Amino acid sequence: MSKPLKQIHLAAHFPGVNSTTVWSDPAAGSQIDFDSFVHFARTAERAKFDFLFLAEGLRLREQGGEIYDLDVVGRPDTFTVLAALAAVTEHLGLTGTINSTFNEPYEVARQFASLDHLSGGRAAWNVVTSWDAFTGENFRRGGFLPREERYERAKEFLDTAHELFDSWDGGEILADPVSGEFLRDAGPGAFAHGGKQFDISGHFNVPRSPQGRPVIFQAGDSDEGREFAAASADAIFGRYRTLEEGRAFYADVKGRLSRYGRTPDELKILPAASFVLGDTDAEARELAHEVRLQQVSGATAIKYLEHVWNRDLSGYDPDGPLPDVDPEPGENTIALGRASVRMHGDPVAVAREWRELAAAEGLSIRELVIRTTARQSFVGSPLTVAQAIDGLVQADAADGFILVPHLTPGGLDAFADTVVPLLQERGVFRREYEGPTLRDHLGLAAPRTLAPVRG
Amino acid sequence: MPVHPSPSSPSPALHLAVALDGAGWHPAAWREPGAGADRLFTAGHWAALVAEAEAGLLDFVTFEDSLSLQSTDPAGPDGRTDLVRGRLDAVLVAARVAPLSRHIGLVPSVVATHTEPFHVSKALATLDYVSRGRAGLRIQISERPDEVGHFGRRTTPLDPTELYAEAADHVEVVRRLWDSWEDDAEIRDVATGRFIDRAKLHYIDFEGPRFSVKGPSITPRPPQGLPPVSALASDAAVYPFLARSADIGYVTAHDAGEVRAAVAALPATPHLFGELTVFLDERQATAERRLQRLDAAHGAAYTSDARVFAGTPADLADLLLEWREAGLTGFRLRPGVLAHDLPAITRGLVPELQRRGVFRQAYEASSLRGLLGLARPANRYAAPLAAATSPASSPAA
Ligand SMILES: Cc1cc2nc3c(=O)[nH]c(=O)nc-3n(C[C@H](O)[C@H](O)[C@H](O)COP(=O)(O)O)c2cc1C
Repeated sequence: MSKPLKQIHLAAHFPGVNSTTVWSDPAAGSQIDFDSFVHFARTAERAKFDFLFLAEGLRLREQGGEIYDLDVVGRPDTFTVLAALAAVTEHLGLTGTINSTFNEPYEVARQFASLDHLSGGRAAWNVVTSWDAFTGENFRRGGFLPREERYERAKEFLDTAHELFDSWDGGEILADPVSGEFLRDAGPGAFAHGGKQFDISGHFNVPRSPQGRPVIFQAGDSDEGREFAAASADAIFGRYRTLEEGRAFYADVKGRLSRYGRTPDELKILPAASFVLGDTDAEARELAHEVRLQQVSGATAIKYLEHVWNRDLSGYDPDGPLPDVDPEPGENTIALGRASVRMHGDPVAVAREWRELAAAEGLSIRELVIRTTARQSFVGSPLTVAQAIDGLVQADAADGFILVPHLTPGGLDAFADTVVPLLQERGVFRREYEGPTLRDHLGLAAPRTLAPVRG
Repeated sequence: MPVHPSPSSPSPALHLAVALDGAGWHPAAWREPGAGADRLFTAGHWAALVAEAEAGLLDFVTFEDSLSLQSTDPAGPDGRTDLVRGRLDAVLVAARVAPLSRHIGLVPSVVATHTEPFHVSKALATLDYVSRGRAGLRIQISERPDEVGHFGRRTTPLDPTELYAEAADHVEVVRRLWDSWEDDAEIRDVATGRFIDRAKLHYIDFEGPRFSVKGPSITPRPPQGLPPVSALASDAAVYPFLARSADIGYVTAHDAGEVRAAVAALPATPHLFGELTVFLDERQATAERRLQRLDAAHGAAYTSDARVFAGTPADLADLLLEWREAGLTGFRLRPGVLAHDLPAITRGLVPELQRRGVFRQAYEASSLRGLLGLARPANRYAAPLAAATSPASSPAA
């Protein structure tokens, strides 16, 4: 007998500050006005998506010593916008990216516990670990964390937050007006954590929330990142380009779970994916090409190349060949606050590879950047896209996808109206929410007390 | 009917806010009928309170908060089981109710001692976006040793003078970050491919003894420009902070003489509100008996840093007008029992004040600054409009 069909998990990433977001299109709205978030969230909920996802960056990106001005700049505060969205949605999970380096566990734990209460159990935390001194300049402690310590701090941060969440077991509040006992026992919320990163103790002041703890996401592709996820996350937000990459990542991460006494279904793998829909596959491909040209202008292409070259390339023609000079070695000083900089481990090798690719296929700078920045993307008619998504999930390349539309706030509408019904017909996507909490949507059990995260 | 001053009387209308906390300010409030003590941690509890306050046309509500468990002991938990314990983050509660309300100001409390001004600034800017211009901020400090233990970054004892100086720096950073984007920084210039005009974004370069912050904010300037900042004016130690940092001070005076002293000491603060805990009933004796009953349930007489008023809405209106004569512009009332005294304010006190022509009949502005009669401030970083280069520009003001 063939194995049963996997149910697909779908989520929506509000298009934030990156070159994927097309702001120049006449259909593009505001990335700040609350109405945009309301429209986007309600579309996701109408489509029965698991959750809405917000990224975060705590310093405006810079390039060549100036604030980067070619992409969308500016975004609202994650917690605040998610709490407001809880008022205009009923089921949709609310996932916020919150940095573990420039925050303190007591404060973040109480914000997530509060969000979970205020949303009736729909909160999730994507733990990210940016550590750089550039971002640190906006905070009391500055860039205080050596790069190697960022996952150490993240692990201890999450451990500590779990201790805080678990410091109330949910049975403390009697609120009995007759006996006058508000609490069953004195002093709920007691905790004490002594570690290398945090030495704190006292009483947590938010009672246990509907989910007990928020759902935990991890985003980060390094070996340490994967291990961190295997030990402590409920879901991974990843990115990859091909089916093979996806399957390899999936197998690798799921394979790490047994070390922590966990089963493969306890960690959902949800890569980011963009999509372009058309009435026909050909129309969608044509549209996708136009979108790519909107996303990567000539100026954007030069700036992107500078992330790798780490030098001023403004004199180069984006429609001409790649620079013949080599990247500037050492710490990248030209592009600050960009995740992509961290993704290119060895710039000289990347430059060599790109030159070979450009030479082999006769690509200009702009064409090369369009090619190399392509991510997992579903392009085609609704049927083609539904089949592709289902195919990847059933082939164990993912448990579902976090969709990143290129338009705010209407970029999800067509997907909700055309692709989702097809997935429902195939029996691989819900028609109604099964329960009220995000854990219910993701098929995750109520949290048990995890063993301390190991290094 | 007695003839009260007509609506056209020269003295301006007074402003009215309520302070929301748990089931109310009396320690036994949670035991009262309708208190909903089992719902204190639900969105519905807070949404209903804010809806009631908005139906009463109040200027704003504040949300109490702290980074430790409520306690009668200033050093740490008191081990009691008969009082409300636990609370939700005030900024998130305010954000949660924002889309459900339309006019009323939403003012969460934030502890400056243990928070990052960068986070606070973008959170409040975002509250201003989700409420369309109704956010305010109430700043407090904390000397509590147990709170220090929750963060593990500082050592005790903490010196309040230093904490207030730090809080003033905190507010300065928050406001500079709000200003770090000019209002028209987003240009979406398709011709040049630029989303923003980076010349209209500003580093704030704040340097202080406790922290330095570079900026700009990640969030554009909020709708109100600078949402109003408020703080308790509990004693003279706070006054330097208030003078430097607050748009509204909450004066915990006990009589008109104390009101006058506070008003004289804080000439530059745009609004000084009287702070009172109130128990309101149609008869004085009923209100007093209710307070006694609450005290008996609690096992002790209710005491407060602020004046405790038990009486009729008409008598409270008399007191508020007397204190307004002494120089206050408004009041922040702490309902003794939210389930009882909040409706008594909105359905008893407010109509009484309206009859006397000293309170609004309808919301006259859509922003909190507007309700408070505060102009939208110019951006400190924006170059002043050069009249010479734009002769056609409309005359300023
Ligand atoms: C798909 C994905 C999304 C990410 N989103 C964010 C984000 O929104 N904010 C942020 O500060 N870092 C983000 N990161 C960065 C990671 O948190 C991490 O700092 C970075 O990937 C380096 O860690 P690594 O070496 O484990 O990959 C993201 C990373 C990935 C792979």
